[in-house]
Amino acid sequence: MASAIEVDHLVKRYGELAAVNDIEFQVAPGTVFSFLGPNGAGKTTTTEILEGLRRATSGTVRVLDLDPWTDAYELHLKIGVIPQDFRFFEKITPREAIEYYAGLFGTHPDPADLLRRVQLSDKANSRFDTLSGGQKQKLGLALALTNDPKVCFLDEPTTGLDPTARRGIWEVIRSLKAEGRTVFLTTHYLEEAELLADQVAIIHHGRIIAAGTPGEIIDQFGRPERLSFRAPPALAEYLRAKVDLPVSVADGRVVVEMREKKDAVRVIAAVDASGLPWETFSTVQDTLEDVFIRLVGQMDDGLLKSEATA
Amino acid sequence: MRPKRILADLKVVVRSYTRNPVALFFSLLFPIILIGLFGLIFSAVGNSPVAVQVINLDHGSPGSVAFLAALNETSVVKVNVVNWNATNFGTLLGQNDDPVGLIIPAGFNASLANHRPTNVTIFIDPADASSSGTVVGAVQGVASAFNLHLANGTAVVGYTTQTVGSKVYSYIDYLIPGLIGFSILTSPMFSMVDVAAGYRKDGIFRELSLTPLTRSEWLTSHILWYTVLTFITAGIMIGAGEFLFGATVEVTLGLIPFLLVGPLLFVSLGMLAGSVAKTPESAALIGNIITFPMMFLSGTFFQVSMFPPALQSFARILPLYYVIDGMNQVMLFNNSARALSDFLVVLGIALVIFALAVRFFKWRDE
Repeated sequence: MASAIEVDHLVKRYGELAAVNDIEFQVAPGTVFSFLGPNGAGKTTTTEILEGLRRATSGTVRVLDLDPWTDAYELHLKIGVIPQDFRFFEKITPREAIEYYAGLFGTHPDPADLLRRVQLSDKANSRFDTLSGGQKQKLGLALALTNDPKVCFLDEPTTGLDPTARRGIWEVIRSLKAEGRTVFLTTHYLEEAELLADQVAIIHHGRIIAAGTPGEIIDQFGRPERLSFRAPPALAEYLRAKVDLPVSVADGRVVVEMREKKDAVRVIAAVDASGLPWETFSTVQDTLEDVFIRLVGQMDDGLLKSEATA
Repeated sequence: MRPKRILADLKVVVRSYTRNPVALFFSLLFPIILIGLFGLIFSAVGNSPVAVQVINLDHGSPGSVAFLAALNETSVVKVNVVNWNATNFGTLLGQNDDPVGLIIPAGFNASLANHRPTNVTIFIDPADASSSGTVVGAVQGVASAFNLHLANGTAVVGYTTQTVGSKVYSYIDYLIPGLIGFSILTSPMFSMVDVAAGYRKDGIFRELSLTPLTRSEWLTSHILWYTVLTFITAGIMIGAGEFLFGATVEVTLGLIPFLLVGPLLFVSLGMLAGSVAKTPESAALIGNIITFPMMFLSGTFFQVSMFPPALQSFARILPLYYVIDGMNQVMLFNNSARALSDFLVVLGIALVIFALAVRFFKWRDE
């Protein structure tokens, strides 16, 4: 098996609307793949098709070499899924829920062990309707692991969690990867994708607009690296006259955009020569989030213009 | 179908149910409250005229018609002329649950004309003293009037009495099969409609669809639980009826088929109603539209034979009617042939509804 997940020319239409419009990507076994996109971009539809919950209009989808729609039963034995906003039977406790899933799957996990893994041991015997949003999500994660899955689908697993709990979930995701499982992660937090994902794809209006490692995407779509000084605006005037690089002022900082790395030496020399006071300086690089916001923004502007002229 | 998965699901169903005080109240306590309430209300009512089934063997003769008209005018009885066989009138009355009847003999008119003594026959149920007393009193009064006017006081018209063939039951006896039927209907209908629509909205079906549990296994575990619940409720109601409210009903194995097929039918029907609805609100509406007519018109609180004919015909298209009628045949009338035909009707409907429920109830969307 070359890929854990293979998607080729996938299309999903709801009437006239193409929610997913001819996308393709592969996920290598044992890697973390992050699928990003604004709300309504086609993320959930794609994820649900991969999970065998929705039928593709056309194209090929293989997960663990199975067709998710026709081989759903077999697939579900091998994958774990936590949906967005996980809900469960209100009067059932986490321990009972794990025993229930183990009974359905015919597996024998140790409930205490699984609960410890998702940091929910203290709520083992509390009813589901008394759990907080984050605790519910953790139970979802524990349940997704009761069948020892080869591929885990995590749909916004940290939404609504406090920072400590989020880091806890990140640890679990890292350990899933360390155990050789494939992780398919959708998230709103670009920082999360950048930290955890080996590969990233950004989907917007049903099409993949960028794909690769987080570094590759930033290199390809990000702005050049910048030098940023905490200094009076007069420094900007000075630099504009001395170096032929774009200079801007924002939030009490003077920012110089570099074309290549050695520009940094020239800029710092010029700042020193200016005799103007400056406090700190730093280099600034686009994050995945900056790239994401710009890509999505640009595309929406483009779309709006073409709609206006049409 | 894997018994192990059904068992795993059943455990969750039972826990969810037994940890819900409202559900427990409505399935276990509420029926007892209803027995007490309805028993109290209706045992106190005795002012309406007593219905008397009459066989007129003197077919429409002026004398017999005048006699019956005079009986009606007393306004304590209401004459209903029927075309039954006079030889086993007592048995027929018992089977139809009429405590009183009257036979006008052939030649009644001629006897009046010739001042020859003649006897009408009154059928009474000694257990129902009030109806019997009313009818005997009315016949006595009318007979004396006839004797006075037509025969100058000579005793021409007299009466003899006979007892009605089989035991006649009181309201509380009917209430027990009726209320068992009521809970067979309402416990699964109200909660399954809610579950079907709510679990879909909350994405719980979506989660279950990602496990090996199948839809028929899920449905089966729910049918099993409501069957257990039905046996418990039936036990409670029979016990409460007999010991607290003085009912006397037969409890035989013949009851079991109805306690099995009832939950099968109504769990499936609730699931079907919840599945075809688009939202939880419309599911509740559809559920109520199906449930409420059955709740009142299938012989739950009132015997169907008391209804006007049009309503009786309507009752016969309601599946619950056959469940309750069947239990009446078993618990009261010992009429196993009719119980069997009732059972087969319910079984047929239940299988169709179960198949439809499995067909329309979807884990996942296209």
